[in-house]
Amino acid sequence: MLRYILWRIAVMVPTLLIISALVFTIIELPPGDYFESYVAELRAQGEGVDNEQIEALRKQYGFDQPALLRYVYWVGGMLQGDFGYSFEYELPVSEVVGDRLWLTILVSFFTIIFTWIIAFPIGIYAATHQYSWGDYGLSLVGLIGIAIPNFMLALILMYFANIWFGTSIGHLMDQKYLSEPMSWEKAKSILEHIWIPVIIVGAAGTAGMIRRLRANLLDELQKQYVVTARAKGLSPTRTLLKYPLRMALNFFISDIGSILPAIISGAEITAIVLSLETTGPMLIKALQSQDMYLAGSFLMFLAFLTVIGVLISDLALAVLDPRIRLQGRSTK
Amino acid sequence: MTSGADLLRVEGLRITFSVLGGEVEAVRGANFRILPGKVTALVGESGSGKSAISQAIMGILPSVAQVSGRVLFNDVAAGTKPVDLLGLETDGQEIQAIRGARISKIFQEPMTSLSPLHTIGNQISEVLKIHTDADKAERRARTEQLLGYVGFAKPKRAYDMYPFELSGGMRQRAMIAMALICRPALLVADEPTTALDVTVQAQILQLLRELQSKLNMAMLLITHDLGVVANMADEVVVIYHGEIVEAGPVDAIFRNPQHPYLKGLMAAVPHFDMKPGERLKALREVSVKPGALVGDRRAAKASGPEVLVSVRHLSKTFSTRSSGWFGADTTFRHRAVDNVSFDIRRGECLGLVGESGCGKTTVSKILMRAVTPDTGTVTFDDGEGAVDVLKLEGAELKALRAKIQMVFQDPVSSLSPRMTIKNILSEPLEIHGRGTPRSRVETVRSLLQAVGLDQRFINRYPHSFSGGQRQRIGIARALALVPQLLICDEPVSALDVSVQAQILNLLKDLQKELGLTMLFISHNLAVVDYMADRIAVMCAGRIVELAPREVLMRNPVHPYTKSLLAAVPYPDLDRKLDFESLQASGGSDQQRWGAQFSDGGEENALVPADLGGGHLVLARKSADARELRP
Repeated sequence: MLRYILWRIAVMVPTLLIISALVFTIIELPPGDYFESYVAELRAQGEGVDNEQIEALRKQYGFDQPALLRYVYWVGGMLQGDFGYSFEYELPVSEVVGDRLWLTILVSFFTIIFTWIIAFPIGIYAATHQYSWGDYGLSLVGLIGIAIPNFMLALILMYFANIWFGTSIGHLMDQKYLSEPMSWEKAKSILEHIWIPVIIVGAAGTAGMIRRLRANLLDELQKQYVVTARAKGLSPTRTLLKYPLRMALNFFISDIGSILPAIISGAEITAIVLSLETTGPMLIKALQSQDMYLAGSFLMFLAFLTVIGVLISDLALAVLDPRIRLQGRSTK
Repeated sequence: MTSGADLLRVEGLRITFSVLGGEVEAVRGANFRILPGKVTALVGESGSGKSAISQAIMGILPSVAQVSGRVLFNDVAAGTKPVDLLGLETDGQEIQAIRGARISKIFQEPMTSLSPLHTIGNQISEVLKIHTDADKAERRARTEQLLGYVGFAKPKRAYDMYPFELSGGMRQRAMIAMALICRPALLVADEPTTALDVTVQAQILQLLRELQSKLNMAMLLITHDLGVVANMADEVVVIYHGEIVEAGPVDAIFRNPQHPYLKGLMAAVPHFDMKPGERLKALREVSVKPGALVGDRRAAKASGPEVLVSVRHLSKTFSTRSSGWFGADTTFRHRAVDNVSFDIRRGECLGLVGESGCGKTTVSKILMRAVTPDTGTVTFDDGEGAVDVLKLEGAELKALRAKIQMVFQDPVSSLSPRMTIKNILSEPLEIHGRGTPRSRVETVRSLLQAVGLDQRFINRYPHSFSGGQRQRIGIARALALVPQLLICDEPVSALDVSVQAQILNLLKDLQKELGLTMLFISHNLAVVDYMADRIAVMCAGRIVELAPREVLMRNPVHPYTKSLLAAVPYPDLDRKLDFESLQASGGSDQQRWGAQFSDGGEENALVPADLGGGHLVLARKSADARELRP
């Protein structure tokens, strides 16, 4: 098992390397670079451009070097914690991202918790009361949740919040705290704001999870070992919690791998609509303006989360399911 | 309430299942009793409602079922008043207190009846947790004690093992421990040994018998196997289509059966005392016309060499890897087939017997070129020159495929549910480009006739047929290409006794009429005895004994063959299983076979010794033929 864990961690290295190469290629693919778009923008505004200065900048950031060398510098820098320089913000990437990263993780974390808290009881209820009115009703709500795009829900909520409560629900905190250091007041403000994006971002995920939990649990409830447990004299509730639910957890855990990046990258449009101070809007802007180090760092961050998520879910599965932990792999 | 001395009385029990488009009556007014401390066997075929009765007693019927009638449970030992189990609230406190403690149940499938995620100790001691006040240490102690008693060599270790780490037989022992830990007054055993090998079945039956008399517990034994009934039961209840047709003490039932169904059931089971040429009497005889297929085929039968298939020194090794928390992976090499040699003679039926995992199916797959062996040769000679089966490629291989066909075990999954019978039966002809579309339909019609199916069924889908009919379709498909060799891999083990007799008779007729050569694979010695001319016994990848049918049945030499024969329960009260000698012969445990039969861990220490008359037995090179005779 220990070998397995070490092996899994070792495998992450080439995976991330391949991803970084892909990310770099994709960012390099569009013609031109940040400075070209910058010059074009300045010209469009009718301003003069100092070509020498641009050339000097290019040289400074190594844009005259071959692509392979730039890739090596980029990856090498990331390994030392230097994510490069954002041209647009004229700040190192780590400073630009800074707060936003933590806010993103906060939103994601709450969203996952929200998803689980809502999806679990509803999924169990729907499975144990299959084809009842409750099941149909909850399924309908769930399907609506899947069908409505997040940003649409965000717009609707914003509209009604404005009409009914007269408040703006945009942003993750009151604007006055934006550039302030963390304080109790700021934390309170964040908590006041965070539930709206959490509900909106979590809606689709929750609905999907209810459907999957219901389907998995229904499968498990048919199994012979459930009858065995009842024949022992175990009460229906305890039977449900100890046996089929435990089995249905497996899919839940393997979900972690995909849930982490999906929540972070899936919420961009919602984040733009709600003007959240998360990484999503920033990533889109960086991609548009070819701010390559910023965009590259974001993409790498997402890739890292995916790989970590898959690792966590694999390890958790191995801990929870003795068949995975103890059974030999067939090699035939 | 006049239940008197009866432990359980079922009165006017009626169970209906509501299904799409109406109701199905599974049990129609059943009446029977279970005496305390006695074994009552409930005998019937699948779908007769016997499992529904057991579920009704436990109150664990699926929610689509409706029950009426009374099930009176008079538990004198527990000092409670008689209760009507059907009158109790569904999943209420009262029935929960009875389940697992006073009435408990073991199921047919030891694979799926235990949760794969919990240790068996956890699952067994849970019963104590529900029904007693014992603390954790005491629960563990009692569980370990019982695990040791039901046959776990290291109960302390077994407590922390997961079900998938155990063999089928050991899982069933764990199930038994789980059912008995609270010393119930009634044990409901629903086909407890059907999924097990015959030697394991004998051990489990012995264990159940022993525990039943030791704990003075009543047992409701649900089974379709009359052999098991004869060995276990005190009282027998026969159920047919949801109705109890006959009930009484085991002696009366076996020596003087009254109801035609019961008589038919007894005649339909193959047994070892059948006279040569005696036919099984199927409950519902189906008229077959193998003659419909006879054309130019008899000619092929006459010519050609005597040996059709010659198998020499086949070996196949599978490897599995496993790893612990620390340390290196260990690779287990499992010899599925180990130096197997045999001949199949033209026109004969060779039986291949062995328990699950002995490699018999792997051998058949090698013959079909579905698995590639590590070493060995297979020579096929149908009079057109001998060919090496394992080296054929392209067109030659395709030509061979038409000559070797297979009938599979599971009639449900071996037919595509999306093809009509016409498609299924004409597909082999299309693949091999035989005939025109019109002539193919004609062939399909004569095939249907030959296996005893109505020609009007030609456009139906498999789901509208019963298991036995589907197996006929499977046989017809195998015959479509006029094969030389028909491999039947457990063709009747998924079928009911009465249907089994039909299929066996069909195969026998076809073989006689068409001059087919057959390799008949089965775990059931009685079935092989009925079908085969010569029998090969396989154990752990090796053929340990090969002899003509009568010789093997009357004079087995190898200890494994002996224990296989001894473990078959006869539906005959005068020939009960001899549990003592079963223990002594050791089954598949090589260590206990005696020095002349075990290899002692050496490679190639064993060779087939010829005892004359085509009787081969695997023994040490040094062993003398006389020494081997007991």
